[in-house]
Amino acid sequence: MTSLLRPALVLLALFTALTGIAYPLAVTGIAQVAVPGAANGSQVTVAGRVVGSALVGQAFATDRYFHGRPSATTAPDAQDEAKTVDSPYNAASSTGSNLAPSSAALAEAVKARAAALGGGPVPADLVTASASGLDPDISPAAAAFQASRVARARGLPEDEVRALVKRNTMGRTFGVLGEPRVNVLALNLALDGLKR
Amino acid sequence: MDNDLLQFALFFALLIAIAVPLGAYMAATFAGDVRFLAPVETALLRAAGTAATTEQRWTSYALALLAFNAAGFALLYLVLVFQDVLPLNPQGFAGLPAHLAFNTAISFVTNTNWQSYGGETTLSNFSQMVGLTTQNFVSAAAGMAVAAAVARGLAARQSKAIGNFWVDLTRATLYILLPGAIVLALVFAVCGMPQTLAAAFDATTLEGGRQTLAVGPVASQVAIKQLGTNGGGFFNVNSAHPFENPTALTNFLSTLAILAIPAAFCFTYGRMVGDRRQGRALFAAMALLFVAGFAAIYAAEQAGNPLQAGLVDAGTGNMEGKEVRFGVLGSTLWASATTAASNGSVNAMHDSFTPLGGMVAMLNIQLGEVVFGGVGVGLTGMLLFVILAVFLAGLMVGRTPEYLGKKIEAREVKLAALTLLVMPLGVLVLAALAIAAGTAQASVQDAGPHGLSELLYAYSSATGNNGSAFAGFSANTAWHNTFLGIAMMLGRFGYIIPVLAIAGSLAAKKTAPATAGTFPTHGALFVVLLLATILIVGALTFLPVLALGPIAEQVSLIAGRTF
Repeated sequence: MTSLLRPALVLLALFTALTGIAYPLAVTGIAQVAVPGAANGSQVTVAGRVVGSALVGQAFATDRYFHGRPSATTAPDAQDEAKTVDSPYNAASSTGSNLAPSSAALAEAVKARAAALGGGPVPADLVTASASGLDPDISPAAAAFQASRVARARGLPEDEVRALVKRNTMGRTFGVLGEPRVNVLALNLALDGLKR
Repeated sequence: MDNDLLQFALFFALLIAIAVPLGAYMAATFAGDVRFLAPVETALLRAAGTAATTEQRWTSYALALLAFNAAGFALLYLVLVFQDVLPLNPQGFAGLPAHLAFNTAISFVTNTNWQSYGGETTLSNFSQMVGLTTQNFVSAAAGMAVAAAVARGLAARQSKAIGNFWVDLTRATLYILLPGAIVLALVFAVCGMPQTLAAAFDATTLEGGRQTLAVGPVASQVAIKQLGTNGGGFFNVNSAHPFENPTALTNFLSTLAILAIPAAFCFTYGRMVGDRRQGRALFAAMALLFVAGFAAIYAAEQAGNPLQAGLVDAGTGNMEGKEVRFGVLGSTLWASATTAASNGSVNAMHDSFTPLGGMVAMLNIQLGEVVFGGVGVGLTGMLLFVILAVFLAGLMVGRTPEYLGKKIEAREVKLAALTLLVMPLGVLVLAALAIAAGTAQASVQDAGPHGLSELLYAYSSATGNNGSAFAGFSANTAWHNTFLGIAMMLGRFGYIIPVLAIAGSLAAKKTAPATAGTFPTHGALFVVLLLATILIVGALTFLPVLALGPIAEQVSLIAGRTF
C-alpha cells in the first residue's frame, strides 16, 4: 500500500508545485514584463480613461455608432438575485444563446432583428447572436450596411464613413487564416476621431 | 470557399509536419533517451521512492495510475470545496457545492474537463491554477503513459513488465507537456491572451456604460488545455471568448495544438513497436475519419439554417453561436478537431449548430474517441478496434488472428469486446435513466428533438471524456453532476484498465515471425477493414437514437417546423 501511496502523494504534491504554481507564475512573470499591454487585457485608453478592451466587444445602441452583433449575455437581476436580465456584452459572464436551429425563439428573434434593419436579406452576423456574446467584430458587409445610418446621424458625407470602414477592415491573417472583419470599437473610436 | 479549402489544406499539411517529428521525439522520451532535464527527473523519482530501472507488471501499472488519480481527485475536490478560505480569490467566490466539486474533480482527473460551472463566475484563480491547471498536465500525462505502456506490451517478447507508471508520468510531463505549454502560452500571451493574477478591470464604454471585463492567468491555462486534450476553459464560453482565443492566428494554432500530440502518437507507436508502417496505417485510418467528419460538419454549417433563408445574405452559413473572426471554416474545423480528439474546448456553440453538423460532432465522440482521440488514450482506443478487426479477419479466413506477431486469443478479444459496452452504457443507459427519472426533461433548454440531442450530447461527451457540450443543457444539478461524473469514470477507466490488461497479456506472449499466411496490418486493405469495424461495431449502435434526435430535427427544419 505505501508503495503506491508514497509516489502518488509525493508526485502529486511536486507536480502541483511545478505545473500548478511555478508554471502559471513563470508565464505570468514573463508576460507581464514582455507584453504588459496584452497580458492585462489589451485595455484601450482615451484621455487617461479605460474605455474597453481592443479584443472584446461592447454594447452600442445609438445611431451615431456602428453596432456589433446581437449578444446573449445576461446579468443577475437587481430585484431578484435568482433571476437574470438581458445585459448585452457583459464581459464578466460570457455566453451564447445556445438556441437550437429549430427553436421558435431563434426564428422569431432573427425575423424581428431583420425587420428592425429594414427587412431581409441582411448580413447574417447582424441578426445572429455570437458564441461569446462578446464578439468584437462584424463582417465588412455588416459594417457597410450601417454606413449610411451612421453618416446621417453624424452629418458626415457617406463616402467619408465608407472610406473609414475600409481603412478599419482587417484582412485574413497572412492572407489565409480567419475571415475579413471590422473591429467595432476601433471603428467607432476612429469615427469619434474624425473632425466636424 | 476556395480560401476555406486552402486553410484546411494548410492545416492538414502542418499537422503532419508537426506530428511526424513530434512522434519520434515522444518515442525517444518514453524510451528514456531524452535527458535534458535528467537531474529534475531523477530528483522527482527519488522523492517518490522509485527509479527509472524499476519495472511494473500491468496490474501494478494500473494500480499506480488509479492511486495517482484517487489522490488527484481528493486534492482537487478539497481545493474546490474550500476555495473561499484559500488564497487568490479576489472576487470572493464561495466554495463549490459537493456535487459540483465531485463532478468537476472527476472531470479534470479523467481528462474530460466537462464544465458544469461558468469559469469566470465560479472559480477563484487559485482553483483555476493549483487545482485545474495541475490536473490538465497530469491527467494528460497519465493518458500518455498508458499509450507508452501498451506499445511496450506489444513490442515485448515474453516479458511480464510494461514499464513504470511513475516514470512515464514524469517524463510525459517534463519533456513533452511542460516545454510545449510554456512555448505555446508565451505565443498566446503575445497574441493578446491575458496573463495576470488580477481578476477583472472596469471600463467606461464609448456610450457611457460600465463594462467589467474578467481576466486572469488565461494564456497558461489555454496552452495546456489545448495540448493535453483537456479542453476546460478559463471562461464560460471557452475558446469562443475573445480573451481565450483573440485572433485568427491563435485559433489556427489552438486547433493544431488540439491534434498535435494525439496525431503524433501514431508515429510514436510505430517507432515503439519497431514497425513504422503500423503507425502510418493507424494515422491513415484516423485521418480518413477526421476528414470525412470535417467535410460533413463544414457542409452542414455552410448550408446554413433553412429557416433564415431570405432573411440573411445567401451563402454566409449558420452564424448563430459563431464568432466573426473564425467564420464557418474556423468554427467547423475546430468542432471536428475537438470532438475527434476528445479535447472538448469549443470556439463556437455546438448547441446552435445545424442538426446534421451537431450530429457529426456527437458521432465523433460516440465512436469512442478513436479519431486521434485523447492524448495516449485515443491511440489505445484505436488499438482495441484493431484487435477486433484482426479477430474479424481471422474469422473470415479461419486462422488464429495475429497482430504484430502476437496471437490474439479469447482473453484479448473478450477484453476488447468489453470496452465496446462502455459507450452504449454511458450514453444510452444513463440517458435513458435520466429520462425515466424526469431529470432530463427538467434540464433541456430546447423543445422537440433537439432536447434529446442536448441530453445525448451531454452523456456522450462525459463518457467519451470529451468535455464539450450542447451548452443549453443545464447540467449543474445534483442528478446530472453525479451521473455525468459516473459516466466520466466509466469512460476513462472502462477503457484504460482492459487495455492495460491486454498489454500485459500480449507482453507475455511469444512473437511469431510473419509468414505468407499472416494478414498484414499495415496496408490499405487493413485500413479499410479497420474503418468498417469502427463504423459497423462502433457507430451503428447509436444510429437509432440519432434518428430520434438530430435526424428528426433536420427533417423538421426542412419542413419548416419550429419548436
